[in-house]
Amino acid sequence: MVSTSGSPVGKGVPLPTHEHADGAPAPGWSRGGAAGTGLVLDGVARRFGQTVAVSGVHLEVPLHGRLTIVGPSGCGKSTLLGMICGLDEPDEGRITVLDADTAEGRLRRCAWMPQRDLLLPWRDVLGNAALALENQGIRRHAAREQVAHLVERFGLAGFEERLPHQLSGGMRQRVSFLRTLVAGKEVLLLDEPFGALDSITRADLQQWLRSALDAEPRTTVLVTHDVEEALLIGERVAVMSARPGRIVAQFDVDLPQTGSRRELIRHPEFTELRDEILSLLEAVT
Amino acid sequence: MSTTATRPAEPAGAVPSRSRRAAAGSTIRRSLPAVGILVALAAIWEAVSHWFGVPDYVLPSLDRIWSTGVADWPGTLASATWVTTQEVLLGFLLSVTVAILLAFALHSSRVVRNAVYPLLIGSQAVPVVVIAPVLAIIFGYTITPKLIVVALICFFPIVVNTIDGLGSVDPDLLKVMRTLYGGRWATLRRVEAPAALPSMFSGLRIAATYAPIGAVFGEYAGSQNGLGYVMVQAIPQLETDLVFAAIFILTVEAILLFIAVSVLERIVCPWAREGKR
Repeated sequence: MVSTSGSPVGKGVPLPTHEHADGAPAPGWSRGGAAGTGLVLDGVARRFGQTVAVSGVHLEVPLHGRLTIVGPSGCGKSTLLGMICGLDEPDEGRITVLDADTAEGRLRRCAWMPQRDLLLPWRDVLGNAALALENQGIRRHAAREQVAHLVERFGLAGFEERLPHQLSGGMRQRVSFLRTLVAGKEVLLLDEPFGALDSITRADLQQWLRSALDAEPRTTVLVTHDVEEALLIGERVAVMSARPGRIVAQFDVDLPQTGSRRELIRHPEFTELRDEILSLLEAVT
Repeated sequence: MSTTATRPAEPAGAVPSRSRRAAAGSTIRRSLPAVGILVALAAIWEAVSHWFGVPDYVLPSLDRIWSTGVADWPGTLASATWVTTQEVLLGFLLSVTVAILLAFALHSSRVVRNAVYPLLIGSQAVPVVVIAPVLAIIFGYTITPKLIVVALICFFPIVVNTIDGLGSVDPDLLKVMRTLYGGRWATLRRVEAPAALPSMFSGLRIAATYAPIGAVFGEYAGSQNGLGYVMVQAIPQLETDLVFAAIFILTVEAILLFIAVSVLERIVCPWAREGKR
């Protein structure tokens, strides 16, 4: 059932701050700003037949916090995202997104973006971006107008009426991200969003995502197997082990907020963290 | 002199006309093998009928078929073609409508699918040649039994291909739709139905080639006009040339319907041509 204390989500409504159960605001991570709990995973486990995909996962993300989960392929990262999103239910444990802990409630609060762009090939850029608005009953024309002003910020100006097959991989992924954001959900779940791109486009989009999230903060969980990407996007990085997927360590990333991707990657703290995580990943796989 | 006079004007405005000419050229080049085979077959046909002494009631020569066709066009063939064309087109439309409604029903409910799919498959085993006279008994010599026969023959490939198309959507995309406030109706309308169009058109193209056969079956069972009726009348009188003339008209009709469906497909789903040839 729809949770009764639901906050107004969608359509870009400003979100109320959510507070801890005990009334005290949870400390935000490095960026500070908004206080409150974005999402909590408490002892979450998921099995598929005999295989334990995910086991004993405890995670907490403050409101507008950015968590990245890094782990080897097939470690259950995607399964975890699917459960947070409400597309799947955990066998054990509890997942709370803002104030919702039912699958349906979570689904209303979470936007999910998989690795492949999965754009609708028959819809142009505006049409794809406006999909969530049309699904909410806004007329086609009005929905397109609403997203039109966002297109420029996503580096898609001049391409509004192109079909997906006329766009580059990086642009398609940006359209996909725009489509996800337009849904106006408070929580963003990104499943290897740049995994299918070449390394140059990938670096470009990592930088772009950082600034996009700075400009429009959302509670974000990004899953990747790329340690650099995890450190660039995340304020906290959780390291996951392979089968059964467990969180083996969490690192707070405290890097200068400004600075380009290239500068950050050379930062001594960045390289130190990266090496630490890489050696940890080697140990758990 | 005149050629040298027109030449200087060419380079400026030549680009579009030249590219159009190139496109026309490539169309001609592409249809060359088909034309070649047709000419070869026609030549063999003519040779066999003229030089091997095959009687006209067995294999009339092409020129004889042509002259019979021309001679009988105003009296019988024109009105017969019109009647059959109506049956083909209306029957085809009927089958498309029924097939698409069925496909959506079967797609949206597992219960319906399990209940109806065996019936659909079974319906294909019904010998239409036998059912057609029964329909003629029920509905008389009207257009109705012909439409039903055409629809019976045509709907199956459309249903099967449309269902496959509706079910071809990436499961991750369906999940994305759920996170984008997409309910069942929104998903069907904005994702599944457009995604099904290309394979639905594959079914339509197959059905287009069956439709004229269906009309002839219907007319064989009982009719007062139409190309099938002309054949029924002509065969006992050994007017084989008239039979062949009717067959050729049917062939042309099937090809035209096929082309019409293909053109419609290009207009309706231009994105689907991406990745094809």
